[in-house]
Amino acid sequence: MRWIWIDRILELDKGQRCVAVKNISLAEDVLHDHFPATSSRPAMPVMPNPLIVEGMAQTAGILVGHARNFAEKVILAKIGGAEFTDIAVPGQTIRFTAEIDRIDDAGASIQGHVEVFDSAIGPAQARPLAKIELLFSHIDQNRAGLDFPEHNFVFTEQFMGLLQRSGFGE
Amino acid sequence: MALSHEEIYKRIDDVLVDALALDDDEVTPEAKLVSDLGAESIDFLDIVFRLEKEFEIKIEQGELFPANVLENADYVQDGKVTDAGMEELRKRMAHADLTEFEASRDVEAFSDIFTVDTVVKFVEGKLA
Repeated sequence: MRWIWIDRILELDKGQRCVAVKNISLAEDVLHDHFPATSSRPAMPVMPNPLIVEGMAQTAGILVGHARNFAEKVILAKIGGAEFTDIAVPGQTIRFTAEIDRIDDAGASIQGHVEVFDSAIGPAQARPLAKIELLFSHIDQNRAGLDFPEHNFVFTEQFMGLLQRSGFGE
Repeated sequence: MALSHEEIYKRIDDVLVDALALDDDEVTPEAKLVSDLGAESIDFLDIVFRLEKEFEIKIEQGELFPANVLENADYVQDGKVTDAGMEELRKRMAHADLTEFEASRDVEAFSDIFTVDTVVKFVEGKLA
């Protein structure tokens, strides 16, 4: 398993907004533990909410990094709030929309909206899944006596490759 | 129309309740952000962003919470703030009451300067 919880970036409006999608597949191990069959009911595969938060963090992290041309190491520092109103299951697609609320040298705050739609019905029928507020730190600007590696360990080939495959690469 | 002290306090109360996930009755003017309300370093950035939005003001990095002063070797020696450091803090923190801190000058006690009232005075200064 690779730690990447978005499959494709659909929109990237510099310093403003990023939209990404994640297709949920039964091939993902985690869905078989969340939740397995019991003696009283069959298996109930549901996308875990913490991984939906991670998908939003990856979408928003790319947005915040792109805003400063990936010169900053962008670290998720705080989940201000995450409110879920529905569930997402295999065969469905999650759509993450991250919008920058504030950004400065120290970091950025993000308002995130998550929707889910069924492959059989299409994106026009997407329904709300969650609202997520995130705070990111530009970690080199907030060292507080700590040192971090010079190279940008946040925006690895994994994320830059995703950007390129989505048509947003250099 | 200028906001009253009470209106500013009420809005800052709401900002802190949201940023620090507090109960309404936990915020008092004397409450210390770190030791009483549980703020961590990243919460200060969150509070600054929320204040900017709430009051439509621009707060420069280190303006409200100039912790970077304590990273300057000229301003701190053996865990205590030097005379030059105190002068710098007084210059940059007109919104804070430094009397108690002046007695110890202990870097470890620096965060105690930041009370709810400090934030209120800072915002009042920005809006004046």
